[in-house]
Amino acid sequence: MHKLYTFLKYTFITLWTVFIVAPFLWAISTSFKDFQSVNSKVTYIPWLDFEPTLEGWRVLVKSPARGGVDIVEPYFNSIFVTCTASLISIILGTLAAYALSRFTFKAGFVRNNDITFFFISQRIMPPIVLSIPFFIFLSTIGLLDSLLGLVVVYIVLLMPIAVWIMVDFFNRVPKELDETALIDGCNPYQAFYKVVLPNSIPGLIVAGMFCIIFGWIDFFFAFILTFTEVQLLPVKVVALNSSITPWWSLSASALISVAPLIIVAFVVERYLSKGNLSGALK
Amino acid sequence: MNLIGKNITYKPDNQFHLNDVSFDFKKGNLYTILGRTLSGKTTFLKTIAGLLNPDAGELFFEDKDFSKIPVWERNVAMVYQQFINYPHLNVYENIIFPLKQRKLSEEQIKMDVEDALKTVGLVGFENRKIQELSGGQQQRVALARSLAKKAKILLLDEPLVNLDYKLREQLREEFKRIFSAGLSQDTILIYSTTDPQEVMELNGEVIVLHEGKVLQKGDAKEIFENPKNLRVAEISNDPPMNILTGIKSSDKLTFENISINLPAYLKDLKSQNYYFGIRASEIKLDKEGEEFEIELAEISGSETLLHLKKGNSKVIALIEEVMNFKIHEKVKVKFNENKFYVFNNNEELVSSPYGVNNG
Repeated sequence: MHKLYTFLKYTFITLWTVFIVAPFLWAISTSFKDFQSVNSKVTYIPWLDFEPTLEGWRVLVKSPARGGVDIVEPYFNSIFVTCTASLISIILGTLAAYALSRFTFKAGFVRNNDITFFFISQRIMPPIVLSIPFFIFLSTIGLLDSLLGLVVVYIVLLMPIAVWIMVDFFNRVPKELDETALIDGCNPYQAFYKVVLPNSIPGLIVAGMFCIIFGWIDFFFAFILTFTEVQLLPVKVVALNSSITPWWSLSASALISVAPLIIVAFVVERYLSKGNLSGALK
Repeated sequence: MNLIGKNITYKPDNQFHLNDVSFDFKKGNLYTILGRTLSGKTTFLKTIAGLLNPDAGELFFEDKDFSKIPVWERNVAMVYQQFINYPHLNVYENIIFPLKQRKLSEEQIKMDVEDALKTVGLVGFENRKIQELSGGQQQRVALARSLAKKAKILLLDEPLVNLDYKLREQLREEFKRIFSAGLSQDTILIYSTTDPQEVMELNGEVIVLHEGKVLQKGDAKEIFENPKNLRVAEISNDPPMNILTGIKSSDKLTFENISINLPAYLKDLKSQNYYFGIRASEIKLDKEGEEFEIELAEISGSETLLHLKKGNSKVIALIEEVMNFKIHEKVKVKFNENKFYVFNNNEELVSSPYGVNNG
């Protein structure tokens, strides 16, 4: 019985892994092919089946005038917008979460839980509901089709995630820890950044990871709120057309757009497995 | 130059956590706050530390209005019942944290930390992580941190309660040594506990707290010999003092279905109904005694607690050896008639085996 269970378990894991990894392998393989290897016969393994070339990758950095697709600028745009918005969201979100976790707010009928719900409710409605207000808002303040405008919009989208994760995290940090810091001579700000924050690094990493992922993969707002001046990576990649851009370049651009997420996942996973995330506090 | 509290009241949501508490603590003394769980001990200490603002009352220290000084400038130290240390710092960094916060010189810090580590017996543990230490060691780190600080007010909130039995005994012994050796005449030490035995052993001034109210103040001996009322008698004994209702007549004491010859020290008492209190340790197994039925027998450490019943009278007896009893077994016990505390119908002490001290 136990053996059967183990067998089924590993079979399932193997199949699932193949299902997840196969497209990546296919894309990696394709990105190193040229016209010949894609169109003649079915090929998989470089050097054995076909002669790998870097042609697909070179197209990505060439300017359109010279037959390239130039995703370099959208790429750095995306990195800039995601990182800036995530950083600001984490800073503001952490401060808000700490206040919500430690202090009692009373304003009319509004209590701490209501404020927390207000933050989270930003994510309840489908994004399309927000598109028109955002569009009007950005066009009013003149930030439509600009990096700054996108940063503003992404902060609105990402900060609730940071608040949500950090409130939960701070609630699990014993209040006595802050109190001890106060007794030991810290004023409330010092207690926050000298004691509470260093013990919240795991929470900050998780919140940061979520912000980066949600910021990086957003297509919808990047599509609606930009036209010609500024382009983000998801919009650019989607706009590539297989009838103009060759398959090998499409594969390369797909790979390079998921690369940052894979790197983030690896870093966080290593940090997680070191046991630094849990058990920091008893 | 003392720590003086006047009529301090703290009642969030209209529930009294502290109810009209006044005190006058002198430097160089040890004060113990005795009370059950939720009696307001922690609130009391947090109010002194400045973590809570009382709704009414005044707090003075060294002739300054303490309530105007924020926590971080008060120079107090506090050890919690949970073992609170800074998890991101090692033992050494934990202890120097408050010293660095006060911007002491490097050499001064080094000396203070070495002293503190020696006092709590953690020399050689400087570079350990907090999570690698046992509960007892974690509590020692917390204690070392508060000692190294040389605060003028040292607050200990049930520091032993979360430790196991053996460690508690051991640390309690050490506390006595630390308090007598490691404290300057400049320090006020306030120690809260639920355990009457700790109070007796630490032998300081005792404040008995119940539902936020001070029931009695006095030294440990006074609380033991002259519990002001029934409540104090219950709180200051573990197991709680047995209370029986009974009648005093000219030559005997009669409880529901037990009668006992009148002890000499109760001769002058008016004959009427009273509450009689007797400690569990003053009830002994005796073949000549009254027959009781055992409801429950617990063994704790080297003692056996017997929960006894006869008719409607229930008492707890403490036998100072480990014995095995069956439930519902009948045993004969004798009350030590010279150790009765007598309380009137207002639950106030009227007679004690040690003589009533109304002063």
